[in-house]
Amino acid sequence: MGASIQHYIKSFFLWELVKGMQVTGRHLFARKITVQYPEEKTPKSPRFRGLHALRRYPNGEERCIACKLCEAVCPALAITIESEERDDGTRRTTRYEIDLFKCIYCGFCEEACPVDSIVETDIHEFHFENRGENIITKEQLLAIGDKYENQIAAARQQDARYR
Amino acid sequence: MPTIEIDGKALDVEKGKMIIEAADAAGIYIPRFCYHEKLSIAANCRMCLVEVEKAPKPLPACATPVVDGMKVFTSSPLAVEAQKGTMEFLLINHPLDCPVCDQGGECPLQDQALGYGKDISRFAEKKRAVDDKDIGPLIETEMTRCIHCTRCVRFGQEVAGIMELGMTGRGEHSEIGTFLGHSVDSELSGNMVDLCPVGALTNKPYRFSARVWELADHAGISPHDCVGANTNIQSVRGRVKRILPRDNESVNQCWLSDRDRYSFEALNSPERLSRPMVRRDGQWREADWETALHQAVSGITGVIENHGADRIGALAAPTSTLEEFYLLQKLMRAMGCHNVDHRLRQQDFRDDDESIMRPWLGCRIEDLGRARAILLVGSNIRKDQPLLGLRVRDAARGGAKIMAINAMDYDFHFDVAHRIIAAASDLPGRLAAVVHAAHEGSEVPSDVAAWAEEAEFEDAAAIASALKDAGEDAVVVLGNAAASHADASVLKSMAQALAQQTGASWGCPSEGNGAAAWVAGCVPHRAVHARPATGAEKPVSNAMEMIDRPLKSYILLNVEPTLDCADGQAAKQAMEGADCVVALTVFDIRDNVDADVMLPVAPYSETSGSYVNCEGRLQSVTGAVAPLGEARPAWKVLRVLGNLLDAEGFDYVTSEDVKNEVAWSQMPILDESPRCGVPAPNARRRPAGALVRIADVPLYRVDALVRRAVSLQLTADNQPAMAQLCAEEAQRVGVEEGDRVSVAGAAAEVSLPVRINDSVPTGSVYIPSAWQATVPLGNSTFVKVSKA
Repeated sequence: MGASIQHYIKSFFLWELVKGMQVTGRHLFARKITVQYPEEKTPKSPRFRGLHALRRYPNGEERCIACKLCEAVCPALAITIESEERDDGTRRTTRYEIDLFKCIYCGFCEEACPVDSIVETDIHEFHFENRGENIITKEQLLAIGDKYENQIAAARQQDARYR
Repeated sequence: MPTIEIDGKALDVEKGKMIIEAADAAGIYIPRFCYHEKLSIAANCRMCLVEVEKAPKPLPACATPVVDGMKVFTSSPLAVEAQKGTMEFLLINHPLDCPVCDQGGECPLQDQALGYGKDISRFAEKKRAVDDKDIGPLIETEMTRCIHCTRCVRFGQEVAGIMELGMTGRGEHSEIGTFLGHSVDSELSGNMVDLCPVGALTNKPYRFSARVWELADHAGISPHDCVGANTNIQSVRGRVKRILPRDNESVNQCWLSDRDRYSFEALNSPERLSRPMVRRDGQWREADWETALHQAVSGITGVIENHGADRIGALAAPTSTLEEFYLLQKLMRAMGCHNVDHRLRQQDFRDDDESIMRPWLGCRIEDLGRARAILLVGSNIRKDQPLLGLRVRDAARGGAKIMAINAMDYDFHFDVAHRIIAAASDLPGRLAAVVHAAHEGSEVPSDVAAWAEEAEFEDAAAIASALKDAGEDAVVVLGNAAASHADASVLKSMAQALAQQTGASWGCPSEGNGAAAWVAGCVPHRAVHARPATGAEKPVSNAMEMIDRPLKSYILLNVEPTLDCADGQAAKQAMEGADCVVALTVFDIRDNVDADVMLPVAPYSETSGSYVNCEGRLQSVTGAVAPLGEARPAWKVLRVLGNLLDAEGFDYVTSEDVKNEVAWSQMPILDESPRCGVPAPNARRRPAGALVRIADVPLYRVDALVRRAVSLQLTADNQPAMAQLCAEEAQRVGVEEGDRVSVAGAAAEVSLPVRINDSVPTGSVYIPSAWQATVPLGNSTFVKVSKA
């Protein structure tokens, strides 16, 4: 009985509304956290898992040794590798493709890689305009790696002490 | 029987067994590297150390025989500490770069390092590095990875019979290597790759092309010889990557010959035909199946209308499947024609009417290894059927007497107790002498007696008595050279006479899957199960006659007549003279065969089918991968050809239906049938100044697939076409090694390089068949050799 009278009085004086407006009022004067993307961006963790890249050694040699561990570990079966013996007798890929539609950006490939070749960069802004562009080739992956090597290396450096 | 206890489990073990054998039988795991059940015990890796009660130190399980009351602990703290210690020592020098190693994923060292290795190496000193050796086109080496288990060395010594790898140096300086500058040339060398527990010896053609975890396994049967070796065909994304043996103790044990293992390269050859091709106005063009099939059918029906059904003929490669053989002969017979054959290299068909179907070994493959006496006639069993060669070697190691009557002193990997080496044309006479000796006193059948030469052969008596001593445990095996001999029927009949007199069994295994061809009736004079063919009373042509008396139309099933037929030159002309040649082929053979239609068919890896081996064992497999491009299994192509030619009963849905129609289970190995009479000796005497040609087919030239297996073609066993003479004969001709000679056959002359080979007897010259360079010689028995 008491509860229903209380409820009646609260409804009559629009108490809920007042409470709501209180929240609105508080936020009206609080410091804003909205970011004006894309002009403004939030900072990203060095562990951010975005677009993939294949790295090279400083002497220009590609790191990938075609061990296929990333292909084996990939839970989405997004990676396809073909390999052969290169003329200098080393084990190299002839095809390294990632289907970015299949990829779930779990980072297992990066974890599995024994030579830090396949990495996930912090690039998350990319799109495709034509069918088929979602499959990125070895050349594209290496190009991404070449372009962002400094960024990639810095992120690894930052995270190294936690590994 | 001693009772021992392993890890608290009581076991009854046969006396003399080692702990590791008892543990394996009981399913108790003991780590190991050097121990292998088919090899002798070396006990040099020390990985299998176990604790034995009352023993002061851990003992190697592979070299400790069981003793009654023994208590063994495989995972006690002492045993595990010993195993971990061994592992740490092994990993001191072994590279830790598994991701680049081809053995990664199937490496016992990698697996066991996970269980017994430390996570961090305590070894900070310099690791040792060893130069890689070039040991041939089949095996890649990375000798730094070697852990000196000596499995490869023991395999060479004990199984393959030639020690090609050995260990030099001691301690840290020990290295596995070949004799200076030699390669590993054994016809079984690929097995060393399987045996190597690390990545020191790996498969060269497969190198770096796939990972073991992504390979899909398919059961397969090897079609290249009559053994029917069980294989495991491994593929990635529809492409065969490598072939491994599949254990079958009664066929190939755990071994595989290099021919079976490395022929897969041809499956991915750029020469594969992936679309039907038709030739119009001399120009080859691609066509769809319908067009190609219709052109084939109209060509064949045109010949039937104009010349009659008996003017067409079908030749099948002996490597085809039972289903293909059956449908081909059914198709031919539906058209009213019995000209169908698979015995492409056979020259003597005189016993066709009388003889029973016997493309058999004469005993089980297992029994061959237990025989007490084996007589090889016209057989280079080591190279022709490498896995049968292994069994003969087993028998020899078990004390059996191996004897040979050959046209050439083949380099066998077993001791030959008695050998008779004579010119190819004299082989029947020599065998007759043995039959003679076997009869000692009793009357020799007059037909055989006519062949016996006057000269007494000491070895003939010795061979006969050795066969008699072994009684039922003796086998007379006729090899490929005997089967393709100009007097093959004589040799067969004499072998039978010899077997009957001595109590031995005898056999003449066919090439490839030839036994299945007999079962399927793919011979002109016999129907299914070798029953007499109805309607075949009228003149029919066997493989030789189809070539010698050219027909108007040929259907070829995976045959390259120039290289596959006994008389390649005549075969070539026959194809050129024919109105319509329809080739069902795996490869684009337009340069070798004058065909009109090429229909792409699937090789053994891409078709379901059945194989019958030389002991009558029927083995069926399904295709491992999908056919390349528009190629189709040959049984389907033949089925559709049957439909288009309005033949009845060509409504099969699966190859299983075809097999069921053949309804074959197994042939009894030994069936008694009367001996065929031996034809009288013909007066073919050697013309003055001529040499007898030995025309053996080298082991890597036997069929279209093997000829296109790139790595096999690079092996030392695959010498290019040469005229091989003994030094004495070479001197007489006036040539030296490397010179060129001109060799004149009955019809043509060719120029060939000379090689001195003292296993060729005087009066003979070895000029291999199945090489384009020797085709013009045809099947001439006698050739004249002169300095070019």
